[in-house]
Amino acid sequence: MLIQYLLLIIIVFILLQTARKFKARKISLREFLFWTIFWLMVFAVVLLPQITSFLAEKLGVGRGADLVVYASLIFVFYMIFRLFVRQEKVERDIGKIVEEIAKKDKDNS
Amino acid sequence: MKIFIVIPAYNEEKVIGDVIRQVREYYSDIVVVDDGSTDGTDEKARQNGAQVLRHILNRGQGATLRTGINYALAQGADIIVTYDADGQFEAGEIDKLCQPVIDNECDIILGSRFLSGNKIPFIKKLVLKSAILFTRAITGLKLTDTHNGFRVMNRKAAENIKIRQDRMAHASEIVHETARLKLRYKELPITVKYTTYSRHKGQRLTGAFHILFDLIFK
Repeated sequence: MLIQYLLLIIIVFILLQTARKFKARKISLREFLFWTIFWLMVFAVVLLPQITSFLAEKLGVGRGADLVVYASLIFVFYMIFRLFVRQEKVERDIGKIVEEIAKKDKDNS
Repeated sequence: MKIFIVIPAYNEEKVIGDVIRQVREYYSDIVVVDDGSTDGTDEKARQNGAQVLRHILNRGQGATLRTGINYALAQGADIIVTYDADGQFEAGEIDKLCQPVIDNECDIILGSRFLSGNKIPFIKKLVLKSAILFTRAITGLKLTDTHNGFRVMNRKAAENIKIRQDRMAHASEIVHETARLKLRYKELPITVKYTTYSRHKGQRLTGAFHILFDLIFK
């Protein structure tokens, strides 16, 4: 089906992009492997949707497509949570830096 | 006893000078922390004889207090007073709030505008009262005013209270910390003047929702 080809092309582009980011050292090896495996799995599911139907049946979910939606939602929410935690840490770090600079400037004035 | 007055300020150029002059009639160690103001707050504060620390970025009142309190502790403060920059408080009342801490009866004194018959705008009162009930439910402390910037703490309290909330939820956090650390606390009545300036500058009512959000999700 046309949608499959479109998705496969998009996934290949994303994989290339991931590799490029890794080569430019914008992401770590761990992140690179994580995303590569993730997108390869998506690739497999798009290429052979029967996989999801098979799994869905085993798990007692009606359709393969439903299983994909459930799994994706959990994944997305988990990622949001991770980003949230990360963001908090960045905020705290910025706070520390701002306080340190304020103290330094005071000492120098 | 070394008493430090810590004043967090954000864009208070118009009033900060007056506030510092009023406080200076009684105390000399005044620390103004300018939270990345875009007006001349830091310059005004320096001209009026305060020690000024400046955040290069706006970080919120909680972070600003933290910077000021840490600085005062490093300077050897025995007692730290937190005081608002917008001119709502009476400098003459600092003495009265410090006394129980000087006498070592309390570790922390919280100012309360509800104990002293201030005229408070109705809606503001409603929101503040809800905040009080919320705090009481969570900490079990029976306070009459939880979001008040006028506080006095001794060194022990200042060292142990950890302010992690960068924004306005730090006020509730200080109360939670008071409960957690089992500090000896007391509320004393203070005068709060709701001037046109402070009403304009102060917390908008939607602020309450931001505070609630920060408390639940951070």
